[in-house]
Amino acid sequence: MSANELPKKNYLNADYGVASWLLTKDHKRIAILYLISVTLMFALGGLFAAAIRLELLTPAGDLVSSEDYNKIFTMHGVIMVFFFLIPTVPAVLGNFLIPIMIGAKDLAFPRINLASWYMYMVGAILTLWAMVSGGLDTGWTFYTPYSTSYSNTQVVIVGVGVFIIGFSSIFTGLNFIVTIHKMRAPGLTWFRLPLFVWAHYATSIIMILGTPVIAVTILMVAAERLLHLGFFDPALGGDPVLFQHLFWFYSHPAVYIMILPAMGVISELVTCFSRKRIFGYPVVALSSLAIAFLGFLVWGHHMFVSGQSTYAGMIFSALSFLVAIPSAIKVFNWAATLYKGSVSWDTPMLYVFGFLGLFTIGGLTGLFLAALGLDVHVHDTYFVVAHFHYIMVGGVVMAYLGGIHFWWPKMTGRMYPEFWGRISAALIFVGFNLTFFPQFLVGYLGMPRRYHAYPDEFQVLNVMSSGGAAVLGLGYFLPLVYLIGSLWYGKVASANPWGAAGLEWQIPSPPPTENFAGQPVVTEEAYAYDTMPQEAFGG
Amino acid sequence: MFSGFPLFPERASTVAGEVDALYFFLVGLSAFFALLIAGMVLFFAIRYRRRSPSERPQAVHGSLALELTWTLIPLGIVVFIFIWSAQVFFGMSRVPKNPMEINVVGKRWMWKVQHLTGQREINELHIPVGVPVKLTLTSEDVIHSFYVPAFRVKKDALPGRYAATWFQATKPGRYHLFCAEYCGTKHSGMIGWVTAMEPAEFQAWLAGGAPGVVPAVAGERLFHELNCVTCHQADAGARGPDLAGLFGSTVRLQGGGTVVADELYIRESIVTPTAKVVEGYQPIMPTFTGMVSEDQILSLLAYIQSLKAPETKAAPPPAAGALDPKAQDVTKP
Amino acid sequence: MASPTTGPRSLLAHHFADLGEQKDATTLGMWLFLAQEVMFFGGLFLVYTVYRFNFHDAFAAASHHLDVKLGAINTAVLIGSSLTMALAVHAAALGKRKQLVVFLLLTVLLGSAFLGVKVVEYADKYHHHLVPGPGFSGEALHLEGDRARQAEMYFSLYFGMTGLHALHMIVGIPILLALAVKGWRGAYSPEYNTPVEFTGLYWHFVDIVWIFLFPFLYLIH
Repeated sequence: MSANELPKKNYLNADYGVASWLLTKDHKRIAILYLISVTLMFALGGLFAAAIRLELLTPAGDLVSSEDYNKIFTMHGVIMVFFFLIPTVPAVLGNFLIPIMIGAKDLAFPRINLASWYMYMVGAILTLWAMVSGGLDTGWTFYTPYSTSYSNTQVVIVGVGVFIIGFSSIFTGLNFIVTIHKMRAPGLTWFRLPLFVWAHYATSIIMILGTPVIAVTILMVAAERLLHLGFFDPALGGDPVLFQHLFWFYSHPAVYIMILPAMGVISELVTCFSRKRIFGYPVVALSSLAIAFLGFLVWGHHMFVSGQSTYAGMIFSALSFLVAIPSAIKVFNWAATLYKGSVSWDTPMLYVFGFLGLFTIGGLTGLFLAALGLDVHVHDTYFVVAHFHYIMVGGVVMAYLGGIHFWWPKMTGRMYPEFWGRISAALIFVGFNLTFFPQFLVGYLGMPRRYHAYPDEFQVLNVMSSGGAAVLGLGYFLPLVYLIGSLWYGKVASANPWGAAGLEWQIPSPPPTENFAGQPVVTEEAYAYDTMPQEAFGG
Repeated sequence: MFSGFPLFPERASTVAGEVDALYFFLVGLSAFFALLIAGMVLFFAIRYRRRSPSERPQAVHGSLALELTWTLIPLGIVVFIFIWSAQVFFGMSRVPKNPMEINVVGKRWMWKVQHLTGQREINELHIPVGVPVKLTLTSEDVIHSFYVPAFRVKKDALPGRYAATWFQATKPGRYHLFCAEYCGTKHSGMIGWVTAMEPAEFQAWLAGGAPGVVPAVAGERLFHELNCVTCHQADAGARGPDLAGLFGSTVRLQGGGTVVADELYIRESIVTPTAKVVEGYQPIMPTFTGMVSEDQILSLLAYIQSLKAPETKAAPPPAAGALDPKAQDVTKP
Repeated sequence: MASPTTGPRSLLAHHFADLGEQKDATTLGMWLFLAQEVMFFGGLFLVYTVYRFNFHDAFAAASHHLDVKLGAINTAVLIGSSLTMALAVHAAALGKRKQLVVFLLLTVLLGSAFLGVKVVEYADKYHHHLVPGPGFSGEALHLEGDRARQAEMYFSLYFGMTGLHALHMIVGIPILLALAVKGWRGAYSPEYNTPVEFTGLYWHFVDIVWIFLFPFLYLIH
């Protein structure tokens, strides 16, 4: 194959026509379907974010009505959490890469994989339908009894949407676990697996054990609304705090569903762009499992002021501090990996630098929230908003974009423009900090979250935040343009443009439908950059 | 347009200083670690930047000593923060003795305040400085959260429950009162002011204006208006238990078991009377759900708390029966 | 590259190395699916336990209204169906075509009998106005006011839990019938009988859920 034309036959041109995509069982094509869907949802969620920041430019609630503002921030949360952050890394990058990374031809259950994309779409369409037919104003948290007895919006439709997308997530997790367990190439032992695979394994456990709980909880909320039952409404004998327990039993681990795969991406990137083995492989691998396990035990830290007992609060606080440790360990190991490496400053690595900075701040501010006496003050303020955006946007989205740039040549066979890549990575980093750092300050000042109007003295910080959001928005818009443009104008990518280790770089870009011509055999640990043939790095 | 640009909230309660000390410690710690990580990353990224595309660095596999270092040091630090923050939290949770008590009911979208001296306020709360103030919080509808940033105090007001929180203001002033738990359309309008005053000034405030009815008195009136009194009275053969001295006592329940008659039990007995029936009585009291507001229940509670047990038990044992207005019509002569 | 050494090639999906790997994978997938189901029902059991504790009397009164005899019969029927299912799996493993079909049909029969009894029970609740919703009345239980409401909560959970359980059986029965048809046509052999085995796993799981539901809803007073 010549260096400047695409391989003759690959998964993208193996078949033509809409049906060949909509009925595909190829994990790579399904990943592309997800890529398109989550990008659309991210754009939509971003528009809602823009509306929020515009409204908050002035203290008075003057741009939209209170009803509309409440619907806007609710839809921002619902779309970003359920339709972007939870599926994005696993469903796009995980779907595309896990079978290839372990030397398999596909995921274990290709039909279930396709079905989970359809479930995602059904959930998304239901949610969008609810949005145009009355909206939803409960916040993404659906707190009772507001959601069950007071809200006049489309709680049931969105609830059903979330229920369905929950099963999409469960089936993705199931597919990953089975694939990772049973379909690894000969010689690919557990401790030779890329850390991206480990991270997805840990995430999948949470998906399978956590998601059904929120599914049944949302089902009860819907039944309560439709039949006027009283599971969670005290006026009807129910207990609203029970809802919070059930909700956070899933929704806190859901944060780890989002961040663990992102951490997996970072491990791949940091090794490739420093040409080093990961520092402390077993520690990084097992800390993912530790996070998944401990993540199930900390849900009560969302209820420090909800009237759970002081002692329950203390236990949840202590466990929440513990879950910080494996994350800290990972950060130190990534930083140590750079030591005596050959560190490149290509776009994906810029996202890694951004991730390390922002995730560190997000993680450290998590300590503020786990600290009982301090959480009382900052709970439900913008401090919390800033904290989880540092984790979810500063962490997950940075890693996702880094991963997209890194694997773009593999997925499309084209290179993105490096210059614009670096510009947008820098814009996103600066814009992100301008947007969310002021929110820590305004949160400690006492500005509660989900406020449509606010006292005058919070305005300066809010204006800064909105200004930053404009920069951030531009930063996100650029990749959308140049990545799409690269499909036509991008330089044709070689099989391994980065000189990266890993099975996915030993097959053509884009890969053929069957991934591998024969069964690959693995003889080495992951990230063996020191023993790679010199040709891989070119000259 | 911009009225001031504060970066730090006012500090106006006894716990505020403790919370801020913890905050500053964590800010310092975070700054240290964030700079450490950022410094490490940038230093390595520059020092070991790729100088030629064909570089192939030597492998470094890891170091158990380092792993232990960055596991155990953070572990020690978080244990320290945990102990410190739990202590602060305990201080916040334990209400000092003999506080001034105030009832607060959250209702979409306002805060209704009931002083035990009879004053009622909406979205305003007047308190003296230097006196511990205990709030009993509940909600008429959805979950609200009572939040005064200057006091570093926040507590959810849950429907069907009583939550207690307390603070002691340290300097006079007007401070923001927010609802911190999203409660629907005008959530951001569910705000008000806490006015902390010198004790003398506060007394003047109490004296001025038309004081409302003291809750215990309002409760007594309700007790008669709702005909509670027909069954709950110190009369032999009454259909409901006498309530004198009830508050704080231990009640024996039908089917065995006991319960301490606290606010929540009495509230439950008004809205869901048959949930816990006193031994020796029939579950004939109707529910008062929807007939009394949370305010009124708090008044009834104040009245019931004010009923002291008779000095001697020589008098006929507790009596009175259910509060069923219809049944009562039948039995009237 | 390993090529399938056993069984007809068409049964092997293109992305598995051999039938053994394919079977291992599907087995693990099935167990993970059941783990997910456990968490799903687990949420309901948790809510039930919390309210059983809070509203002890009303829940006891309401559960007294359930017919323990019918519940016990249904338990026996369902255990019987698990037995026939196990025998069907065994028959498939031995390649005994007729036995397989007979046992599958017996399982369907017992499953349908269970659902039939459930219909009788549901009809009784309907008759006594014990179906949660606007038509609910505590009269049949001699409960009024808030206790009636607590009993309604019991019946919400009763219908929710037994309904979801019944739904699992309603999903299972057509699958059993399809297996019977395919089995009759000789689709299963000692080498290839994974679908029968997995349906068996599923059926046993549904059975076990009932083994928990029966004491929780009918027996504990």
